[in-house]
Amino acid sequence: MSGVHSPESKRSTVSQSLSAQAVTERVLELSRADDCMVLVTENSTANLRWAGNSLTTNGVTRGREVTVVSLVEGPEGTSVGTVSRSGLRDDQLEDLVRSAEAAAREAPPAEGAHPLLGPGTGAAQGVGGDWDAPPAATDIGVFSTFAPDLGTAFERSAKAGVKLYGYAEHSLNSTFFGSSTGVRLRHDQPTGTVDLNAKSADPGHSTWVGRATRDFADIDVEALEAELGRRIAWARTSVELPAGRYETLLPPEAVADLMIDLYWGMGARDAFEGRTALSAKRAGTRVGERLSPLPLRLRSNPAEPGLECAPFVLADSPGRRISAFDNGLPIRESEWISDGELSRLVQTHDSAVLTALPVTPDTDNLVLELPGATASLDDMVAGTERGLLVTCLWYIRVVDPRSMLLTGLTRDGVYLVEDGEVKGAVNNFRFNESPVGLLERVSEVGRTVPALSREMGDYFTRTAMPPMRVPDFNMSTVSRAS
Amino acid sequence: MSRAAGSGPPRGGPAPCETEQTRPFLGEAAWQKRLRHVTFPDVREIDHEFLSLPLRVLADAALQRARDLGADHADFRLERVRGQRLVLADGSVESSGETDTLGFAVRVVHNGTWGFAAGTELTTDAAASVAARAVDVAKVASVLSSDHIELAPEPAHHDAVWVSSYEVDPFDVPVRDKTELLADWSRRLLADPRVNHVDASLLQAKEQKFYADTAGTVTTQQRVRLAPVVEAVSTSDGRLESMRTISPPVGRGYEYLPTVEAELAELPELLAAKAAAPSVEPGEYDLVIDPSNLWLTIHESIGHATELDRALGYEAAYAGTSFATPDGLGSLRYGSPIMNVTGDRTVEHGLSTIGYDDEGVATSSFELVTDGVLTGYQRDRRISRLTGHERSNGCAFADSPATMPIQRMANVSLAPDPRGPSTEELIRRVDDGIYVVGDRSWSIDMQRYNFQFTGQRFYRIRGGRVTGQLRDVAYQATTTDFWNSMTALGGPQTYVLGGAFNCGKGQPGQVAPVSHGCPSALFEKVRVLNTVREAGA
Repeated sequence: MSGVHSPESKRSTVSQSLSAQAVTERVLELSRADDCMVLVTENSTANLRWAGNSLTTNGVTRGREVTVVSLVEGPEGTSVGTVSRSGLRDDQLEDLVRSAEAAAREAPPAEGAHPLLGPGTGAAQGVGGDWDAPPAATDIGVFSTFAPDLGTAFERSAKAGVKLYGYAEHSLNSTFFGSSTGVRLRHDQPTGTVDLNAKSADPGHSTWVGRATRDFADIDVEALEAELGRRIAWARTSVELPAGRYETLLPPEAVADLMIDLYWGMGARDAFEGRTALSAKRAGTRVGERLSPLPLRLRSNPAEPGLECAPFVLADSPGRRISAFDNGLPIRESEWISDGELSRLVQTHDSAVLTALPVTPDTDNLVLELPGATASLDDMVAGTERGLLVTCLWYIRVVDPRSMLLTGLTRDGVYLVEDGEVKGAVNNFRFNESPVGLLERVSEVGRTVPALSREMGDYFTRTAMPPMRVPDFNMSTVSRAS
Repeated sequence: MSRAAGSGPPRGGPAPCETEQTRPFLGEAAWQKRLRHVTFPDVREIDHEFLSLPLRVLADAALQRARDLGADHADFRLERVRGQRLVLADGSVESSGETDTLGFAVRVVHNGTWGFAAGTELTTDAAASVAARAVDVAKVASVLSSDHIELAPEPAHHDAVWVSSYEVDPFDVPVRDKTELLADWSRRLLADPRVNHVDASLLQAKEQKFYADTAGTVTTQQRVRLAPVVEAVSTSDGRLESMRTISPPVGRGYEYLPTVEAELAELPELLAAKAAAPSVEPGEYDLVIDPSNLWLTIHESIGHATELDRALGYEAAYAGTSFATPDGLGSLRYGSPIMNVTGDRTVEHGLSTIGYDDEGVATSSFELVTDGVLTGYQRDRRISRLTGHERSNGCAFADSPATMPIQRMANVSLAPDPRGPSTEELIRRVDDGIYVVGDRSWSIDMQRYNFQFTGQRFYRIRGGRVTGQLRDVAYQATTTDFWNSMTALGGPQTYVLGGAFNCGKGQPGQVAPVSHGCPSALFEKVRVLNTVREAGA
């Protein structure tokens, strides 16, 4: 794709001349509610999709979304109105603000209302970046190295009788937050993912690799292709195995699939109300209880190198897991599991009061690690007498929230390991397993590396996970899918 | 289907074992009073506010620029999509919000390559510039594309207008009325000591679409839909159980709410009976499956499996492929000879129903499975051309003005037996089985073979009679085994149009609403699991 220029979209001066920063200020000026919050997000995306060694669809988009949260005090509490609009003209800002105010006046008092944070009353310090700088935008040019490399991979694969399928997406979101209590915060978030799926004719096999990236500069297509090739070679022998409990090696990507579900099940209020696997038997939560015999640590940290995410709460409405009442609240490192014990739950200010635990807000990254672990997945294969090696998991759904039982399938490569070597490809399985149960039974954990979840990779990309050995993973039935 | 919060499953026939009369909390007169401020026009028209946008001027600017830059085909789609979400926990507003998206996209075929770009500024300059960007993207992409994109030709529809069938636009009803209604429902349920928590939600959407293409088609359309759901939760004795309404999301207006309200009175007793029920013994059972559960099994094991783009591998890296490959067309024994399935985008109140798809194709009804044999696929214009069809069957949909249309699901529905029995009669035919009502958890593999579903309630059937509820049930099967085990269909009186707001597909991910109609049906010897034992407890 060399020589491709990125077409500059000159913003018309007719309908949307105000900058995101100016929109933020204008909304606050227009507000007649008792309090007001505004979130302006400038978004740009670029994507490429391919199938059978050919690009299929593509696109670039740009847009701005403005969310106004109006708060109206009444005798019974604070009522909230939230209205989000995209494709808004400057002359429609007042209409947007009035709509949010009307919604607030129509609404009954909101659950969990509390005074908004201010610069001196708990909001994050600083503005989270150069407030005045124009938002950066991505475009198709972000793939200027990746795309030609992909083209080369298409050619090589075609010669080798392999078809490549997949998708690459890059987005930049600049969010500007302002409140009537004087808070101004900005967060710029780049997000990128690539999925690469290879299907070979001889041997007939399908396998997958995926990566998260901030800018595509670190995506090595040839290395990804080589990993796919290694697995296709493993499939020269195929082995049919029945359903049952198997010693199973879960690679970091599959661990991410399962740990994101665990993280989503860590809502404090749900646990407190007796609705989850982290609810105590009688009342309250399981915070303080041991979840794993290994001294595992599950944590989130907005400053995690390579996985950087918003260091303060930015929510567009009140809610159970994350709440606009907490907007601007600093997010620091939270250890959800420390030394194998459940130590924190995902909180709003309101649920923290309810559970008498620290306010540890929802954070957009997740790291699982065993301090001191050094083994790679290959090391763990070498140390396996007999077991299954999984590539990734798919179509995972909660079956029973109280045990956090999940069902799902293995996908794009299950392999039999014997005497420290991969011996061949195995049929796929449906599994029924709980991530809480897995942490109880895990027998070995390796070194943590960045890993993109196959199942959740389009919603939650910033994860670092270790490979895991589970002595008795429940493969409930054989799936004929290949 | 995406993992987005569960949408309301369809309303099944009354459970034959319920003795308590189901009655609405409010009479008809009270509802009329509630809606007194809302006007009922005789004929639904597209809102003036949308029609007053510079639709044609922008389309002309974009299409002309695309033509000037050498596009073989170009289409312009301008949409306004409104959404409103109300979520109540134990009668208090936990979360609420409105979204309003206005924007447009230009899609081109340029030298046999797709190009797509989207923008939001409603000026002729911006429209032309987005068209130019789409052509630029096509040029960039052409280097890596070996497929030559061609579209099945379609007759031009000049100035076609379509509006869905509804009485009261939910966006005309004050938010306060809606939250008060949900809060009232919640408080009534919480008044029962057997109910510890109540979650209530109402999702509403309104789509307005303007489409124009270089072949001369111009369509303007409007539709609304809503999904009301109420769930009662019991956490007594450290054991979690819940029971949810089974009224489906529908392409109707606010006049639909009494249908959900009618279910509320029986929820506490249903919940208590479930909490006290024995845990299921795993094994093989005959299942009578209510439409409120079966719609989702149809969605996953037939709806997605008969998407032709999938079957050809275009979703291979993400949603997956299909076991029902085109070489099986006319020969693949999908199910027993009583199985007849259609794809349809015309049925009244269907969530996928619309006049013209997002490629300007007039929608229709078509066969997918006939007498148990695979006979058709859901298609868009590109895939239709690629596979030698003269016309598309109208299954293109884009979920926003910023996303490219892809083949999305029609209302895929299983026909009832025209002289078929009631659900009670189906149950009478079962000696040892389970009657399954309402959907809950779902999962299927990437070729649509192996699935596992749970439900809202499961009734033990012995000697042709329902004896009470069971807990911890999941059923698991391979698609073709399952549909071939179907030995009886209920009659039209058991037929319900179920569905979901949140079917996911594609990259970038898109969400589409879709309905599925079906009767109650009897399946023999299906594998049933105990979910507590599966968890190793």
